[in-house]
Amino acid sequence: MIPAAFDYTRPSTVDDAVRALAGAGEDAKVLAGGQSLIPVLRMRLAAPTVLVDIGAVAELRGVRDDGDALVVGATTRHADLLRDPLVAAHAPLLAQATAQVGDRQVRHLGTIGGSLSHADPAGDLPGVTVALEATFEVAGPGGRRTVPAAEFFVDFLTTALAPDEVLVSVRVPKRPGWTTHYEKFVRVAQAWAIVGVAAAVRRENGTIAEARLALTNMGTTPLRAAGVEEALTGAPATVDAVASAAGRAGEGADPPTDVFASAGYRRHLATVLTKRAVLAAGGIV
Amino acid sequence: MTIMEERAATEVGAARRRKEDARLITGRTMWTENITLPGMLHLAILRSPMAHARITRVDTSAALREPGVVAAFSGADVAGVQGSLPCAWPVTEDMLLPDHPPLAVDEVRHAGEAVAVVVARDRAAAVDALAAIEVDYEPLPVVTEMPAALAEGAPLVHADKGTNKAYTWIFDSGEAGTGQSTEATFADAEVVIKRRYVQQRLIPAFMEPRSVVADPTGDQHTIWSATQIPHILRFLLAVVTGTPEHKVRVVAPDVGGGFGGKLQVTAEELITFLAARRVGKPVKYTESRSDSILTAHHGRDQIQDLELAARRDGTVLGLRVRLLANMGAYMGLVTPGVPLLGAFMYNAIYKFPSYRFECVGVFTNTTITDAYRGAGRPEATYAIERMMDELAVEVGLDPIEVRRRNWIAHDEFPFDTVAGLTYDSGNYEAATDKATSLFGYDELRREQAARRESNDPVQLGIGVSTYTEMCGLAPSRVLGALRYGAGGWESATVRVLPTGKVEVVTGTSPHGQGHETAWSQIVADQLGVAFEDVEVLHGDTRTSHKGLDTYGSRSLAVGGFALVNACTRVVDKARPVAAHLLECDVSDLEFKGGAFRVRGAPADSAGRTLADCSLAVFAAHDLPEGVEPTLDAEATYDPANFSFPHGTHLCATEVDTETGRVTIRSYVAVDDVGRVVNPLIVEGQVHGGVAQGIAQALFEEAVYDADGNLLTGTFVDYTPPSAADLPDIVSDRTETPAPDHPLGTKGVGEAGTIASTPAVVNAIVDALRPYGVDDIRMPCTPERVWRAVQGGDRS
Ligand SMILES: Cc1cc2nc3c(=O)[nH]c(=O)nc-3n(C[C@H](O)[C@H](O)[C@H](O)COP(=O)(O)OP(=O)(O)OC[C@H]3O[C@@H](n4cnc5c(N)ncnc54)[C@H](O)[C@@H]3O)c2cc1C
Repeated sequence: MIPAAFDYTRPSTVDDAVRALAGAGEDAKVLAGGQSLIPVLRMRLAAPTVLVDIGAVAELRGVRDDGDALVVGATTRHADLLRDPLVAAHAPLLAQATAQVGDRQVRHLGTIGGSLSHADPAGDLPGVTVALEATFEVAGPGGRRTVPAAEFFVDFLTTALAPDEVLVSVRVPKRPGWTTHYEKFVRVAQAWAIVGVAAAVRRENGTIAEARLALTNMGTTPLRAAGVEEALTGAPATVDAVASAAGRAGEGADPPTDVFASAGYRRHLATVLTKRAVLAAGGIV
Repeated sequence: MTIMEERAATEVGAARRRKEDARLITGRTMWTENITLPGMLHLAILRSPMAHARITRVDTSAALREPGVVAAFSGADVAGVQGSLPCAWPVTEDMLLPDHPPLAVDEVRHAGEAVAVVVARDRAAAVDALAAIEVDYEPLPVVTEMPAALAEGAPLVHADKGTNKAYTWIFDSGEAGTGQSTEATFADAEVVIKRRYVQQRLIPAFMEPRSVVADPTGDQHTIWSATQIPHILRFLLAVVTGTPEHKVRVVAPDVGGGFGGKLQVTAEELITFLAARRVGKPVKYTESRSDSILTAHHGRDQIQDLELAARRDGTVLGLRVRLLANMGAYMGLVTPGVPLLGAFMYNAIYKFPSYRFECVGVFTNTTITDAYRGAGRPEATYAIERMMDELAVEVGLDPIEVRRRNWIAHDEFPFDTVAGLTYDSGNYEAATDKATSLFGYDELRREQAARRESNDPVQLGIGVSTYTEMCGLAPSRVLGALRYGAGGWESATVRVLPTGKVEVVTGTSPHGQGHETAWSQIVADQLGVAFEDVEVLHGDTRTSHKGLDTYGSRSLAVGGFALVNACTRVVDKARPVAAHLLECDVSDLEFKGGAFRVRGAPADSAGRTLADCSLAVFAAHDLPEGVEPTLDAEATYDPANFSFPHGTHLCATEVDTETGRVTIRSYVAVDDVGRVVNPLIVEGQVHGGVAQGIAQALFEEAVYDADGNLLTGTFVDYTPPSAADLPDIVSDRTETPAPDHPLGTKGVGEAGTIASTPAVVNAIVDALRPYGVDDIRMPCTPERVWRAVQGGDRS
């Protein structure tokens, strides 16, 4: 299909992008890699009057070291993130999940900021940012503000971003001593998650000292698996203990039923995948 | 003149890279969508959002005022002239054949049915203007499932027909005299197995969406279409629209796949043709992927009720098939006949004595079904191969052993089957032996036992599928007996140009199969010319006026036969010319390696090549008395019988019982497709076919909701697999030549699809037998597999 007609602008600074958005009112949309937005436009599920292409804003692209955290620019493409040594060293969970986003073409065009702003409950990266307790820097007409990942995802395809705000970057804390794993379950390769589990654990001697878990596609927003985290804290690093803790993965979940899977099956998958994610993250056999 | 070096007949059998691939793969060719004509306009189609509704009003006047719009009209505006889409296969005398208007006039019967069109100066303007068309619908009750459609008081898809039952077609070996009656054999049976299998609805998903350009300027009206069937389209366009046939030219330029999905005369073709004639200018329509998924014909969608009778020793005595076949809302070109192509294949490679097949065609408020790779044969093969596994379990035999006890032995060919066909040749023993040894069958069985023993959460399953199929569609007299509206012959023309280069015109219509390469290889051997010196022309009724196109693995089996005959005629025509040049008698000549020589003369002695003859004919200065100055020859061939390739496919799956995920660990395909013209092409066909068969087993299903909305309207939801989802395929062959074909070839276009689906599902069920599982509905999604594990008897 062909999108409805729209105006197009390509600012080179964040301020200009915000101005362009504010000037156009509710009808403007940010265009990053276009991997989610263009299909929406082509199917005429949305018909914005203005597209603000942020691809030329230099400030938004790239990864930098900021002491105890990495700062990943919003228009950093998935493929570039995967080649980044800082990400490999300090945020392997983000890299592991990003490597499973879509296919090669999608990863060469799609951006981290687009993935997060789109807030698809089946998207891989929102859950990862929740598990890593990342914070998001957002720019709007009134200046810049910081939003924790857990508050950024508000509802189905809905974030804390106002229509005239731009996501600038994602701040991912370095977590020395933690090990991580992303466990994704798909119908076909190179597709969205039926259920995904992002896990980070810190082991101390024979026990699990701390754990952070977030589930993908078990509700309209990423679900922090607080019950599992609680059960794992101080638990022995054994298969049985992990399996038992994983039984709580469905707490607070409200998974969808769709052509891929029923809600009940997703609940079951959540426990199996949580077990596998924690075992892999913690190197527990 | 120098004599061309003698060439051995080695082109046939060589793994030639396909000569058409460079242009197809790089896109440096003319797809229909690439065609731009002077003054060309663009068409967009407004489609029904409802599955069943009365159209009470259509107003296109506002659309006419939109920028760039040249014309807009609805079905009512063209009701008198648009005709009805053709069905060429009324399978019974009393089959219901409802009107099928290209543009709906007063009622829509499936979601996506075309309701109105806009013609505009560019495509975006045409699409934009659709929003200005007003349509009032009065919803009618919807029925999408066959059992519901046949129930008392069901909503009627065609109210005037009084029923959704389109036809009942029966074959009974007792009545036909091809075997015993099933009553007798079932009464004697020690074992009767009953099963219901569901062949889910599939979407052909060719790579190039359908596209059509119609040019009404000029004396011949020309239609370019991404179709498999330019010749049939020309004939039917003439019949349906009343245009004199000689005023219609159809061109299928390079076409990007079809899989049966472009074996259709479509509403879009007729609407575009109609629109072009109304505005007097060339008009183009290219569908979007979403439109294609929604409206291009679907495949399969059958419910199979099966009963198999056998003795305790595993000998099969008979099979009864009761089939419901979903037609969709109308009859497409061969919609009603597709399930009947399967009717002749349920007995497969086995020689059981009795068989009864009963098929009911059912109308529903869904997109029409029609041919999809294999067309009837995958369904039949799936049913019997699943049943053979059930029988093996029931009587406690290995699944290969149970097949061995029932199959036709290699020395029993030709074999008259219980379904009334005569199988030409085969060697099931050889193919199966080769497959089991490549697969490591015994070793895998040992591993399976070990995993069962240790209660491994990942179980191993082994799936067997031994198949045959009928290729070379089709002997015209058989088609006539089945009430099909056309014949099954094929034609070829060979033109020898003055310099000795060769042009071949084929009536087949390749859309990715590699005919240009295979035909060149055959001609190179037959005429002793270089592979590179042959050009194969096809798909344009102006150059190829005669043919029946490409489907049903027919092109090489039938068209290749015509090609060999045409080549023989060329040589015969050249003979008197060569004799004249060599100043010898015709009867003293022999033709070998591209040259005529006096019989018995040494190979390096002076001879005359075909090029020498063609130049002499071109000059025509000195031809023997009565010899026409041409070497060109045409041949049309009508096959006496089908050809019957066969093979054995083995699949090993790992089934994660915790999640239900199925992973194909290894896949071995041993196919016997007769003599092979080009092993690379054969392997490509097997790989693609197996991929599509695996897709049916594991991934794909078109799903409608109760209101008749297609829920799987994009590739994201329909989940066709990519290379990343598919196993390495070990593809090998045995070679039992087709006895009736000059090249010994059979056909390979559909084999992989036919064989693979039951191999995969048998493997999954085999893995889960300890859990009490004896069936899983296709596609075997992780959720279905997991539920089967949960619901099965674990004791
Ligand atoms: C075939 C295919 C497969 C895919 N598979 C997966 C998968 O397996 N897993 C997965 O997680 N995702 C998957 N995706 C989605 C893909 O990851 C996202 O489409 C993509 O990364 C989004 O980023 P983008 O740069 O393309 O965003 P765009 O499409 O340009 O924008 C998406 C949305 O975010 C808004 N937006 C973008 N950037 C900003 C910003 N900086 N500030 C404010 N708003 C912004 C846009 O306005 C728009 O609403 C797939 C997509 C395709 C096409």
